[in-house]
Amino acid sequence: MIYLKLFLTFLQIGAFSFGGGYGMISLIREKVLIHGWLTEEEMLNMIAVAESTPGPIAVNMATFVGSSQGGFLGAILATLGVVLPSFIIILIIAALIRNFMKYAGVKAFLGGIRPCVVGLILATAITMFMSTAIGFSGIGDTLTTDFNGIIILVILILINIVAKLALKKKPTPILMILISAGLGMLMYSL
Amino acid sequence: MKKYLNLFLTMLKIGLFTFGGGYAMIALLENEFVSKKKWLEKDEFLDVTAIAESTPGPIAINAATYIGYKNSGVIGSMIATLGICIPSFVIIYAISLFLDAFLSLTLVAYAFKGIQICVVYLILTAGLKMLRQMKKTVFNTVIISVTLISMIVFSLFAVKFSTIFYILISGACGVAVYFLGKIRKEEKQ
Repeated sequence: MIYLKLFLTFLQIGAFSFGGGYGMISLIREKVLIHGWLTEEEMLNMIAVAESTPGPIAVNMATFVGSSQGGFLGAILATLGVVLPSFIIILIIAALIRNFMKYAGVKAFLGGIRPCVVGLILATAITMFMSTAIGFSGIGDTLTTDFNGIIILVILILINIVAKLALKKKPTPILMILISAGLGMLMYSL
Repeated sequence: MKKYLNLFLTMLKIGLFTFGGGYAMIALLENEFVSKKKWLEKDEFLDVTAIAESTPGPIAINAATYIGYKNSGVIGSMIATLGICIPSFVIIYAISLFLDAFLSLTLVAYAFKGIQICVVYLILTAGLKMLRQMKKTVFNTVIISVTLISMIVFSLFAVKFSTIFYILISGACGVAVYFLGKIRKEEKQ
């Protein structure tokens, strides 16, 4: 029953992913890869689409995965699943425990989660890089290094450094995505 | 009724025009509800932001639900959440119908190969930025390194260990360290 699976999976994502946006990506990635709903490449494409369209990344991802696996109803159920935990938790806090943030236990729990989210984001980026740029996602894989990809990465880092030094401003994610699209067309066509 | 409509349309507008997720939306919400409409005090909005960041789920949804509830109760929170989600939903649903056909064009596929690298880069820089902002305590360093190393090692050896466990274990460590500190303090006194 794909509808129930979509709903329950995104319900878990909504209930257990902290830190918003990129903080949610590690859990979304884990779930969609386990279920075989998206490949690593499709996942990255979708994050780019989510970054370039309005709205929260997690909602965008839920709608897309839901639609690709279960059509319109799938999209509705996945989106509902990812939003519902937020909605219920915030409602309880707003209505009943106004000084939620002032409890020492809550503070301590969140204090533990915060560094964990940083570790999760970094680990996710590193494993994503290994699987896309050097084709390495587990012990035993034969390496297929994507030199074009590595060159694009180096160019992006240089652009960022130059922009920071010359304009004192970091390029926006959308601009970086556009630049990398151009670089991709150029490099892979050659 | 007019209040509900106003809330719905404002959230719809914010959902439609914010790019870049959570924090960009927080800024827009503040502009609309604190500066323009004055439905919330500045201090109250800071509380909303702290709660939205600390609870699970998308930050923008959390903030919208809270503001909706403050403004007009449970119905308000439903209307606000719905309003902020509808634009994303419609746009992404439309894209999902065409993306595969679009990606089958060779040049587009090449563009997306470049974009995939960019996304990894964006996630990495977001993570590094958060790392720099972390307080350099022993606790934070231990949690970050253990999470980072074990997650990479587990994924290389295809060991299934859900992200959910990392979150719950780290939260429990936070609570344990807090209570141990408290007990030790009491013993000294």
